[in-house]
Amino acid sequence: MKPSPALLVAAMLAVAFAPDAVCAHVVKGEAIGFVSGFLHPVSGADHVIAMVAVGLWGAQLESPAIWALPVTFPLVMAFGGLLGLVGVPLPASELAIALSGVCLGAVVLTQFRPPLWVAALLVGTFGLFHGYAHGAELPAAQNAILYSLGFVLATGLLHAAGIAIGALHRWTWGRNFMRVAGALVMGGGLYFLWGALT
Amino acid sequence: MKRLRLIITGLSGAILMILAPAAAQAHLVATGLGPVYDGIAHFGLSPEDFLPVIALGFYAGLTGAGQGRAALAGVTLGWLIGGAAVAGLPPLVLSVATAALYLVIGGLLAAKRALQAAPVAALGFALGVARGAADFAGALLGADPALTLAGMAIAVFAVLPLAASVTLPMRRTWIIVAARVSGSWLAALGILFAGWLLRFGKAVQ
Repeated sequence: MKPSPALLVAAMLAVAFAPDAVCAHVVKGEAIGFVSGFLHPVSGADHVIAMVAVGLWGAQLESPAIWALPVTFPLVMAFGGLLGLVGVPLPASELAIALSGVCLGAVVLTQFRPPLWVAALLVGTFGLFHGYAHGAELPAAQNAILYSLGFVLATGLLHAAGIAIGALHRWTWGRNFMRVAGALVMGGGLYFLWGALT
Repeated sequence: MKRLRLIITGLSGAILMILAPAAAQAHLVATGLGPVYDGIAHFGLSPEDFLPVIALGFYAGLTGAGQGRAALAGVTLGWLIGGAAVAGLPPLVLSVATAALYLVIGGLLAAKRALQAAPVAALGFALGVARGAADFAGALLGADPALTLAGMAIAVFAVLPLAASVTLPMRRTWIIVAARVSGSWLAALGILFAGWLLRFGKAVQ
């Protein structure tokens, strides 16, 4: 079997991006720059499922929600991050994050179609708590702009992943598949909700 | 098909060679090609510089050719003045200005809120002054700062119209949406950076 070019490219990029000798002045546990910022949002499954679900829901709701929701979430999330960084108290953030998985999974599962402003409000509210949780736990970065850039980019790409999966929405089997994905997100949210409550 | 695979493999090899991590080369400030190329390389390797310029280009392209010309003149002139005359400003002030400009430029792009040419020129000028001064505030950039600054201005002058050319003639919805989404990301970046500055102040500037 001949290796596919895409696989070859992926393998080469994986090797190229593997951090090797670039460890100058790094202190373990500190936020450093682009890569650590990029990895931060994907390091917690509770965040990942919610962000992918935003993309899935946007794809279900179609234009303009398909891009309005992924625009709303990072903006409000960044504001939540600012609140967390500054130290403004926002109680029950872990509970809200777990609930975001449950709610966003449920709306994808039921193919709920509210007005755009309601969808944006719901997504924005959850984005605030996700951002707050990230912001509250961040230490000083060596390069705050690059860290923030990686952070925002990873969040946007998670939404894009959800939208890409949402492209299946045009087929009947795809719509069913997305509902199953919504159920999985909701199940994940319930798991995290259980963890937050106990 | 074979040719395509050959091209992809060749490109992958080139990317691998470019990106392969070798020695860290920490604190390298010179390309070895002279101060003009140092300036171009500095701009090209500094996302905090080229991302807002690209976003401003997208915005100018979306709003019209007049705004594009105004942004180009404003940001280039601002960069030259900022690098040459305002480099003495405290870094914290420049960082706060950078965060605010990210938010404004990204927000305008995301909202596709059209401004007249004069405010766009002013916005470009402010961005140029803030980033040009920030680039020269911390470290000596090469042996001939004037030529390094000229290299940066050349890079700015080339990149902004290129970015504007992506959105100016395009009426395809997905390109406009992608540009506006990138604006929201820049605005989010500005908000987060402001949070870092509020919490850590000088430690992250």
